[in-house]
This record gives sequence, C-alpha cells and structure tokens, in this order.
Amino acid sequence: MAIRRGRGVAAINYPTGMNLGGDPTQALVHSTPTGNFMVTLSSVDLGQGMKQIMAQICAETIGVPTDRVVVDTADTDTGPHCMGTFASRGTHRAGNAVIQAAREARQVMLEVAAEELEVDARDLETDGQGNILVKGAPQKSISIFDVALSAHFKRGRSISGRGMFLIPRSYPEKETGAMKPSTCYAHACTVAEVEVDDETGEVTVLTVKNIFEIGRALNPKMVEQQLVGGSWMGISHALYETTEPYYPSRDHGGTDFNQYLMPGPGDLADTEIIVLERPSADGPYGAKGPGEMCANPQIPAVANAIFDAVGVRVDTLPITPERILRALKAEGTV
Amino acid sequence: MAKVPIQFTLNGSEKAEFVESGATLLNALRDKVGDTSPKGGCHQGTCGACSVIIDGELRLSCLTLAETCSGAAIITTAGLAEGGVLHPLQRAFLDAFASQCGFCTPGMIMAAKALLDHTPDPSREDVVEALSGNICRCTGYEPIIQAVLTAARSNSQNVA
Ligand code: FES
Ligand code: FES
Repeated sequence: MAIRRGRGVAAINYPTGMNLGGDPTQALVHSTPTGNFMVTLSSVDLGQGMKQIMAQICAETIGVPTDRVVVDTADTDTGPHCMGTFASRGTHRAGNAVIQAAREARQVMLEVAAEELEVDARDLETDGQGNILVKGAPQKSISIFDVALSAHFKRGRSISGRGMFLIPRSYPEKETGAMKPSTCYAHACTVAEVEVDDETGEVTVLTVKNIFEIGRALNPKMVEQQLVGGSWMGISHALYETTEPYYPSRDHGGTDFNQYLMPGPGDLADTEIIVLERPSADGPYGAKGPGEMCANPQIPAVANAIFDAVGVRVDTLPITPERILRALKAEGTV
Repeated sequence: MAKVPIQFTLNGSEKAEFVESGATLLNALRDKVGDTSPKGGCHQGTCGACSVIIDGELRLSCLTLAETCSGAAIITTAGLAEGGVLHPLQRAFLDAFASQCGFCTPGMIMAAKALLDHTPDPSREDVVEALSGNICRCTGYEPIIQAVLTAARSNSQNVA
C-alpha cells in the first residue's frame, strides 16, 4: 500500500464550429449620428467575452477605438441570424461576419468623408483615433464624428454594412465517407502529474502543464482566463463530474447539483498555461476557437498519468476512487 | 399567507418591507427591495452565490428567513462601490480576470470581504478556506484566489 506517482501526456486537435445544415452567422453594423458604431448580432455573450471580442474586431476593421463600438446581442428574434455561441464557433464565425459588415460600413464612411474633403475615397485612411486623413497629407482630415453628422443630416447616407459568414454543409463522399465536419483546428498538449493512493483509489493532480495553439489571441488576457478555467474543468471531467456518482445502482444517483461533484478552491493543481499563436488562414484576424478545446487534453493526460502510477487503464469517466480500486482488483495487484 | 413587516438597513440605508412569512432573505432582497446582487444558484445552501453579510457575519441569504433580519445591518456587493469608485475587492477581481459569467462573483466578493474584515493579511490557505463554500463554474478559482490576495495587499498598503 503506497502513494504512487505517475505522469501522463496527451495531445488533441479540436474543431471550430460544426457541420449540420451548414454553419452560418450574420452581422449588421451601423453608425449612430455621432459616429459610434453599433454591431447587431444574435450571438449571445454568456461570459465568454463575445461582446468585447466583436467590439475589438469591428473597431479594428473600421479604424476607430474599441470604446466607440457598442455590441447589441439583446434579441435573437430581431437580430441577424446566428447558429449560436457553442462548438467554439463564436469568435470565428461571428468575427468573420462582423469584419465583412464593418468593411462595408467603412467604405460608406470613407465615401462620405471623401465628399466632405473633396478628395477620392481611395486616398483616405483612418488614424484609429476617430479621424479620417488624406494619405500623405494628414493636415487634411475630418473627424468620424463630423462624417457621421454629415451622412445623417446632409448627405442622406446610411453608414452601415451587412456581413455574413457561412461554412456550407459538407456531405460525405460516396466512396470513402470522407467529409469536413468542421473547420479551423486548434491544438493542445497537456502533461499531468498525479499521485494515486493505491489503498483508497484517491487521485491528487499535482501539476498540469498545458500548451494551446489557438491561432491569434485577439484578447490575450481573456484567452488566458478561458484556458485557466478550462484546464480546471478538464480535471473536473476526468476525476469528478458525473450525474451518476453512486453507480452501479441508478437509484442511488444524484437528484440535483448538490450531489454533482467538482473540485473546489482547495483541490487545485499547480497549473501552467502556454499559448502558441499561429494565425489561422480563415479566422478573423487569425483567430481560432479556444472555447471548448481547453477542457479536453487534461482528461486523457490524467488517465495516462494514473496508468503510469498504478498500471491500470480506467476507460470510463470520471475516474473515481471506486473505479481505480476495481481495476486494481481485476488486475490482481491488490 | 400572513405578511410580516421587516425593517433593516441595506448597505447603510433604511428599508422597510412586508414579506410573506417564511420568505427567504434572498427573495426579499431580490424581489422586494430590488437588490439583485445576491444570486440564487441552488436555493439550498450549497453554492454560496447568495452570500451576504449580516451584522458582520457571512450568511447564506437563501437559508435565512427574512423575518429574522429585523433590525439587522445587511451588506451586499451592490453596496461596496462608493461614489462610483470600486471597492478594492471589486477592482482586484476586475484586474485579475476573476469573473467570467459573473454569477458566482457577488457571493465570492462577500465571502472575501468577510474574510478580510476579520483577517486583513490572510495566507493563501485562509483565502482557500474562506472561499470553499462558494462554487465557480468558469474561472478555475485560481484567478479568484489571486484577486483576494491582491485586494488584501492593496488594503494593507492604504493603511500603511
Ligand atoms: S443560493 Fe444560497 S447557497 Fe446557493
Ligand atoms: S465566473 Fe461563472 S461561475 Fe464564477
């Protein structure tokens, strides 16, 4: 009877979005009379930071500071269609739609500015601070505030744009069954170190080191936040979470979330996160979907570490003390 | 059912309400008084999202009968910012990215405030212990622990 140490490694590829009847998201962008920009979406922010990221993407594309952009995701009945924020698709799908809508709005904005400045719209650029300048002659400029006023009250233009991004449905090839279930894969690798008590079956995760390749991190602090929380959730899936903790009899199962175990602040592994940025070809400013993938590689890494520690393969989640002890017994090790 | 009059102070201001006998403080605060900062996660004392401070003690408002709070001084997260300036704990949670969906955050901040009120210079173990009754689905806890430790340090610098 002893506490045994083990180390496990796992690597994953993780998709962005999915392939049901096609995977679309649409976006609308328009300016207010004072030159702020409104992004209208049905893509819901449930804490993952959708609004912040879409504001950044719109601001970057139009050429204004992020605080000049308001993102409205209030109503899925009236907003432009989105399949939803799931399958790690929000940033990638909605972001691409927002870029297209913002480009169109930017074009109108530059056309109105060109009329005001009596120059060609192709000779104009934005300074990112809320002004439009003539390239090479920055003393000739107009604020976006004034451009919006002119569009609304003088020139009768709508500074607005429509955007949509669609991954078309992929049908399996008849011969091989091959198809494209999703796009734009993110990658991750985790090394986990555990201690297993072979008398009680209890597992302590000592360290998890995670490397994530998630395309361009559009907001590095928010990406880090997602990855830290996701790493914890991966361990939780590996060792704790189930709706039937008291198997084998379903009658003993939990009836509400009080009996749904998760590791608390006292059960944290020493966690390391490293982010690799390889901008994706088809993502908005190179982004991929870091949403779900971050909670996956810890699961096989912990399972492998347990195997390394006590020599048993537990292939049912979560890897509870009971399952470890049963496996040890089956092996005849105890 | 009979209504019961209750009077208490909420974040320093007087409140008087009629509540159903047997109503929880959580319901009284959210539905009667209109302070929605305490959240109802489980309504049975296991998640900590409804935590408030009553007469200086951390309490679960979902397990506290409103009628037992007459004359009490109640503090919620909604009352922490003063004159538009965030409380050091709120500031630290923001800076440390210690909130994602935000549902656990008011309860976490109450638990942390109750700790720092009694233990201004806590160890990591003290913080973990103080937060152990609060569940978070999003953050993995580490950013929250770091936020509380940072707030404690900034408090002690202000005093010094
Ligand atoms: S709502 Fe009170 S502890 Fe969960
Ligand atoms: S931030 Fe979502 S539950 Fe804690």
